[in-house]
Amino acid sequence: MLFYLLRRVLAGILVLFLISLFTFAIFFWLSPDPAVQICGKTCTPERIDQIRSQLGLDLPFLQQYWQFVSGIFVGRTYGEGAGAITCAAPCLGFSFQTNQSVTDMIADRMPVSVTVAVGAAVLWLLAGVGGGLLSAVKQGTGWDRTVMFGALAGISLPNYFVALLLQYVLVVQLQWLPFPHAASFTEDPVAWFQAYLMPWLVLAFGYAAMYSRIVRTNVIDTLGQNFMRTARAKGLDQSLVMRRHALRPSLTPVVTLFGMDFAGLLGGALITETVFGLNGVGKLAADSITKNDQPVIMGVTLLAGLLVVIGNMVVDVAYTGLDPRVRVRSA
Amino acid sequence: MSAGPILAARGVTKEFVTRGTGKVVAGKARFTAVDDVSFEVPRGGTLGIVGESGSGKSTTARIIAKLIEPTRGTLEFDGEDVTSATGRALTSFRQNVQVVFQDPYSSLNPKHTVERLISAPLDYQRITPPQGRRAFVAELMERVGLNPDHAQRYPSQFSGGQAQRIGIARALALRPKLVICDEAVSALDVSVQARVINLLNELKADLGLSYVFIAHDLAVVRQIADTIAVMHRGRIVESGSRDDVFERPQDDYTKSLLAAVPRIDPEWDRRRLEMLAAEAAAENAESTEPAEPRARVGGGAA
Amino acid sequence: MSITSAARTISIPVVGAPLLEVEHLSVSFPTSSGPATVVRDASFRVDQGTTLGIVGESGSGKSMTSLAVMGLLPRGGTATGSVRLFGHELLGRTDRELRRIRGDRIAMVFQDPLSSLNPYYTIGVQITEAYRAHRGGSQAAARKVAIEALERVRIADPDRRIDHYPHQFSGGMRQRIMIAMAICLEPDLIICDEPTTALDVTVQAQILDLLADLQRQTGTGMVFITHDLAVVSRVADDVLVMKDGDEVERGTTEQIFTAPRAPYTRALLDALPRIDDPFETLKGVQA
Repeated sequence: MLFYLLRRVLAGILVLFLISLFTFAIFFWLSPDPAVQICGKTCTPERIDQIRSQLGLDLPFLQQYWQFVSGIFVGRTYGEGAGAITCAAPCLGFSFQTNQSVTDMIADRMPVSVTVAVGAAVLWLLAGVGGGLLSAVKQGTGWDRTVMFGALAGISLPNYFVALLLQYVLVVQLQWLPFPHAASFTEDPVAWFQAYLMPWLVLAFGYAAMYSRIVRTNVIDTLGQNFMRTARAKGLDQSLVMRRHALRPSLTPVVTLFGMDFAGLLGGALITETVFGLNGVGKLAADSITKNDQPVIMGVTLLAGLLVVIGNMVVDVAYTGLDPRVRVRSA
Repeated sequence: MSAGPILAARGVTKEFVTRGTGKVVAGKARFTAVDDVSFEVPRGGTLGIVGESGSGKSTTARIIAKLIEPTRGTLEFDGEDVTSATGRALTSFRQNVQVVFQDPYSSLNPKHTVERLISAPLDYQRITPPQGRRAFVAELMERVGLNPDHAQRYPSQFSGGQAQRIGIARALALRPKLVICDEAVSALDVSVQARVINLLNELKADLGLSYVFIAHDLAVVRQIADTIAVMHRGRIVESGSRDDVFERPQDDYTKSLLAAVPRIDPEWDRRRLEMLAAEAAAENAESTEPAEPRARVGGGAA
Repeated sequence: MSITSAARTISIPVVGAPLLEVEHLSVSFPTSSGPATVVRDASFRVDQGTTLGIVGESGSGKSMTSLAVMGLLPRGGTATGSVRLFGHELLGRTDRELRRIRGDRIAMVFQDPLSSLNPYYTIGVQITEAYRAHRGGSQAAARKVAIEALERVRIADPDRRIDHYPHQFSGGMRQRIMIAMAICLEPDLIICDEPTTALDVTVQAQILDLLADLQRQTGTGMVFITHDLAVVSRVADDVLVMKDGDEVERGTTEQIFTAPRAPYTRALLDALPRIDDPFETLKGVQA
């Protein structure tokens, strides 16, 4: 098991290395010169050269890449002498727009994105798994049709549309909620909850739709398995048959999905955060892309990659615990 | 054309590389599915390959159909080495060697009509039958005991036995010299199975075919094969003429395999045949026709 | 004890009643074009310590017959007629009542042992849950019974093997586990639905021997469903031949194999290839 983990970690590091290399390469060759961008409108060639050498942009590709990577692990220093700026590890550089440390920017935004992701995940797991189970067990009834209609809506309606619709209905028409504004949990828990409720609902709706369809299919598939007939032939009562024999085979595949989805969401919900004006990593990514703020884009991309790699690893380890057939092979 | 065997396998070995159980790096493990197997298929004869699951008989079938490459060993067809045949030689091999698979439904595209299914091999080989496609298909369908009027139907409209006949007709479309039957009758009910076996035997005689008949059911193989190869754990443990292998097995595994086959008490069979003969005699006495002594032997197709 | 209801009362035989008596059993399923009958008017009986073989080709209704006896018909299926265990009618009972009989008085062994065992649980869990559902008691006591059952089906090292998962066993071993599961409650009747069809012929022989031994030891009645005439001739005392949901012929095994009356039975016997007796042409059965 330990060796299996080690193997997975090595593979994860390789993936992250490749992601960083590719992203770096794309910016190196395909994007406009950052020095010109930083320099602004009133600029002289001397000033550009100065910026280049300070940021190390005059170095060859591999050297720049090396500086970037080593900055993450041991930090780096820009410039020399008195004007030198140090950037402690994990250093992702400074924003071209605000001159803030990218690491700090991301760290500032993370709590918001984590809150969005956790709240949405709780909702979508409850609704998705619950709805899927209900519609599978009540297959062909009104319950089934209602859940599946909802799921169809959740899958086909785009995220931003649901967000706007929800805002219109709950805030403008019914006035159940005030227009969301950021609030701290400790100071004003009600406002905090109101600010996050709609993003949670919007995100959860889309995921729950997908999950309920998958769970429904899995459960129906499991109910048709021969071992279900065996369980009934043993004289077990119906609820034990369902709880023990149907649930685990049906939900195990969902774990994989959830790990990936949740990890992806931790890296920021781009559209939802933007629509609701939440200052999370997703909004940071959206803003930095529109402004071509390369260090920030790099940082956000690497974070997303790291989260997905970790998510994947957690899922694989969890899977060996959940499915005995996998466990033995990897032991 | 040579007078030797239609197909000869010499020292054929197939190793599969599987994921190993190494710790940090998984590594590779080798699994020998077929281990140094040699046999010949006599021209116009039937070689039966029998064995239990994991014996390597299906891998052997895939090797001699050239669906997979052997790791070692050579394959000769009609006197020519086809082990690494490509291009025209391979095309010619594919034309001369056809396979009939176990599950007729999954090996026939459900969206194609029988006519299209049967004539598809002609298209692959760019052959136009002189009498026209429709007549060609009708002839083949009749040949395998299907109603030619059903040429525009789809596989799902046929029973299992009929679907297997479609598979046989398709295999015969290119006038092959050798047909590999990989558990071709295993999925069929007894009554249907018997008729398909009879059909295969008839076709062999009429068209001068040779067969490799791969099956786990020894009683079925006994009805159709001339020579037998018994496989166990990738090796041929015994081979010889059908009656030698079945009646005078030498190898311990063959003996235990034969002993395990459930049998109807021969005494019961004898009493049943006597009863049937007596009944037939009584009936014939009324209609004054001579009785047929052995009920199950006899005259060709029904 | 709370287990004094259906299961217990049913094990008290009505005087003179056979172990299992099925009369005029019909099974039908609703379809868009009216009900489709898959078993029509089947009758048979099984006495203690004997085996009834039900033989038929695909679509003969032989498996549906057994599921109807267990009250385990797939959704929408209805059974009419009479199914009596020791004289007690089973048809028309609630699922709750039947549950006490399933596994306890009547156990089943299915065709494909791998798919019939849940891959997510150890075989120990799957054997003991049946025992505990009917007899209650501690997990430790159930485990002891399960280990004994595994011993009886000749699984080596049962103390260790009981904690293994189904995929860690070979096909024949898995079927032994299914049989252990069936016998651990000492049922009056075991229904075996094609129990050896998915197995290699050498393994089949071992399983058939095992079933015969267990029956000799316990006097359990058995229903053995198969498409294989040669197998049924070995294991059954009586035989019921079915075709397309109809009962074709019923009799002692010796009578069916030496003096079959129905043309279909005769044709089946003609069509069966004999390993010791090659023929130039097998007689096909006219459909």
